[in-house]
Amino acid sequence: MNIMMLLEMAASAYPDRTAFYDPIEDESTTYGQLLDDARSRSQMLRESGASRCVLLDTSNLSIPIALFSSSWAGIPYVPINYRLTDDEIDALLERLQPAYLITDDKLAAKYVGRRELQVVRRNDFRAATPVNPNDDFHWSMEPSEVSVLLFTSGTTGVPKAAVMRQRHLVSYILSSVEFMSSGEDESTLVSVPPYHIAGIGAILSSVYSGRRVVQMAQFDAQEWLRLAKEQNVTTAFVVPTMLARIVNAMDEQESTQLPHLQSIAYGGGKMPRRVVERALERFPNTEFTNAYGLTETSSTVTVLGPREHRAAMDSADSDIRRRLASAGVPLPGIELDIRDSRGRSLPDGSHGEIYVRGDQVSGEYEGRGSLLDENGWFCTRDAGYIENGYLFLEGRSDDVIVRGGENLSPGEIEDVLLEHESVDDAAVVGVPSEEWGEAVAAVLVVNQSVAVSDLQQWVREQMRSSRVPESIEFWKELPYNETGKLLRRVIRNQLLKASD
Amino acid sequence: MAILSTGQRLKSGVCTTEIMVISAPQEELDLTCGGAPMTDNGEKQNTTVDPQFAEGTTIGKRYVNVDGKLEVLCVKPGEGSLAVNGDVLKLKDSKKLPKTD
Repeated sequence: MNIMMLLEMAASAYPDRTAFYDPIEDESTTYGQLLDDARSRSQMLRESGASRCVLLDTSNLSIPIALFSSSWAGIPYVPINYRLTDDEIDALLERLQPAYLITDDKLAAKYVGRRELQVVRRNDFRAATPVNPNDDFHWSMEPSEVSVLLFTSGTTGVPKAAVMRQRHLVSYILSSVEFMSSGEDESTLVSVPPYHIAGIGAILSSVYSGRRVVQMAQFDAQEWLRLAKEQNVTTAFVVPTMLARIVNAMDEQESTQLPHLQSIAYGGGKMPRRVVERALERFPNTEFTNAYGLTETSSTVTVLGPREHRAAMDSADSDIRRRLASAGVPLPGIELDIRDSRGRSLPDGSHGEIYVRGDQVSGEYEGRGSLLDENGWFCTRDAGYIENGYLFLEGRSDDVIVRGGENLSPGEIEDVLLEHESVDDAAVVGVPSEEWGEAVAAVLVVNQSVAVSDLQQWVREQMRSSRVPESIEFWKELPYNETGKLLRRVIRNQLLKASD
Repeated sequence: MAILSTGQRLKSGVCTTEIMVISAPQEELDLTCGGAPMTDNGEKQNTTVDPQFAEGTTIGKRYVNVDGKLEVLCVKPGEGSLAVNGDVLKLKDSKKLPKTD
């Protein structure tokens, strides 16, 4: 297996279709061209002697070439976050050398000349001389070869490099995408950065289904709407914060219509129910899909599909309406299990940790080996439960608040707070308490002034009293990372600092 | 006859078909295309496509045997039909999944 095989199939079935389009440079590439580029750049990579192909850049046409040519050459492709500090980037590069580094002009000037680093400007990589026609080096079909290393957005300690082998990525695509299932007029707007698992997934899914990818280097809601309209975009993937901003931007310009936009998939963090409901109203003819997955599972493992979204919106039954807050059902080839803290399986409806198993699940970090158990199960460290086959997420299990021996899910309390008309955004964290071990603290963004006691009463009416926040603070906004993950640690630290 | 392994790529000796093994049982199998054995290099054989195995293969389609233990993906189409131990492989139903990324 090799992801190169996916591109080879695309290039033989629809060589002249546009594969990627970069609106900033106003340049595009076809599937046939992409295959030729991957061939010649794989030669350069092999000749460089580098052990990794590192990419430090925003989305542009060199990204799919780097991904595929690395797999052709048989070395891991490692896109890293260009928003990290200089010291953080240096620390990662140290771990990745000897490396071939593709980056923009500005960063290239900074890194050129370093030992163990072959620095190439993105445009030089794109414009490299063609292949030696006598070279007939073929990519390896060994399923265990490493295709991609992604540094996970861990909030503590040294970043971990998740290992994605050829078999994980190819299995994911074969089980979730039908070959050539997109029409020639279909295109997708990719606004997640290249170092995010959804960015890798978007490239591979699009190549295998035959869609055109419109690349967005920096997300901006107005620009997203403009590009979606101008490019007749038919599908898009967004993280929750992006969707919230898109809906807000549409509120400001009532006239915006995107008749070509057939589907929006969202994932990468907890989506506030009210944002989905507003989005469903704003895009009445667009299909919505919630995709839940992790880097360690090669992207999506469960899906809440379009029909379930509309059914939930239209239903008076509160159980069906609640499904809007669900991550849906497993993809074919994926199994789920909910387990207690000792790893014992729990019956349906029980709250516990989510375990996942399937061919696409890597569950491996570089230098630490596989974290799968002897039966192939991976502990996601996400908390949740399954009800009538639907998976409900309750946040990271490390974030569970243990108050007086009782386990409380911050997500559940946040959901109730978000139902209050004054509350725009909510974060619930545990803070040290002499009486309870941990106490419930809430930080809210509100759209009008509201008394703390009213909000506490609101929670008390709907949940057990142990869940009522002991303290509530009002902030202008909550801290998120650039891909929409709520930074609970930052909130907790700030609350602790204020109480010192 | 050979034990096939996941990820292995095989070529037809009588047409342009190429496949990749998605999953295979741990047993000796006789995988043919157009009635002739499939091999790693697709050495051309001194026969043509057997009319009994001439339905053709389609790129991107998955084919399975009766018990579903052998599954292959067509990566290059051709005129021959795939068969294992003489039984023609069936086209696997395509899935209708929402677009996720």
